[in-house]
Amino acid sequence: MASNAALDIRVPSDVQQIAGIVAQVVRRCRECRFAGRQLTLNVPVALTEALSNAILRGNGDSAGKHVRVRADVTELRLVLEVEDEGDGFDLEACTLDPTTVENRSREDGRGLFLMRSLMDRVERFRGDGNVVRLTLVRR
Amino acid sequence: MSLQVSKHGDVVIVEVDGQLIVSNRQELKQRVLDEAEAGVRKVLIDFAKAGYIDSSGLGVLVSLAKRLRELGGDLRLANLNDDLQTLFELTKLDSLFQIADTRERALESF
Repeated sequence: MASNAALDIRVPSDVQQIAGIVAQVVRRCRECRFAGRQLTLNVPVALTEALSNAILRGNGDSAGKHVRVRADVTELRLVLEVEDEGDGFDLEACTLDPTTVENRSREDGRGLFLMRSLMDRVERFRGDGNVVRLTLVRR
Repeated sequence: MSLQVSKHGDVVIVEVDGQLIVSNRQELKQRVLDEAEAGVRKVLIDFAKAGYIDSSGLGVLVSLAKRLRELGGDLRLANLNDDLQTLFELTKLDSLFQIADTRERALESF
């Protein structure tokens, strides 16, 4: 499928990079006429979670490492890939349900849940590094 | 993100302007903890000018609510937009916080 608005960048592993990357992806989604709610909620929150996981967990908050972000945006859907230098993780095993009474007051453990709630599909696999792929159908 | 802090009686109001995410959540946490350290027990966070919140931001709110309740106070929230309301409902955090439609109603609730 031809990309209307592709992005492929490699950035230092630093949480201060997140806002700028999110802004670039949201801009491309806006150009492809994604719904307002997808631009203000689904894409920014899910991508922030994926980047945060990659930087803090995958790369262990190590400043010398990098994160690669690929975004393929068309008027049908967004496919995002966030790649870190870590060993990867088991998506199913690591996803907590933060809505249970015992987990509700936890300070952590909502990231993967939010990613999976706000995207149509979340996958994890080995590429050159550890890749999390997020897919969102345009509405 | 920037924070505007004001006082209304014994309530400290913290207005969040912009996104509350992993890269800036410590600013909010430290600011409220500093107020608690100075004796403040009632804190209202106003999200009227806020952008989106990620799981780290939500975690900070949970952490601050716990701390203030341990001290005999409380953390209350106001002016969540539809996106933020959705996040709180998805995570069931709407059952953990007292959330008001307006700042005035939140202040009355203390």
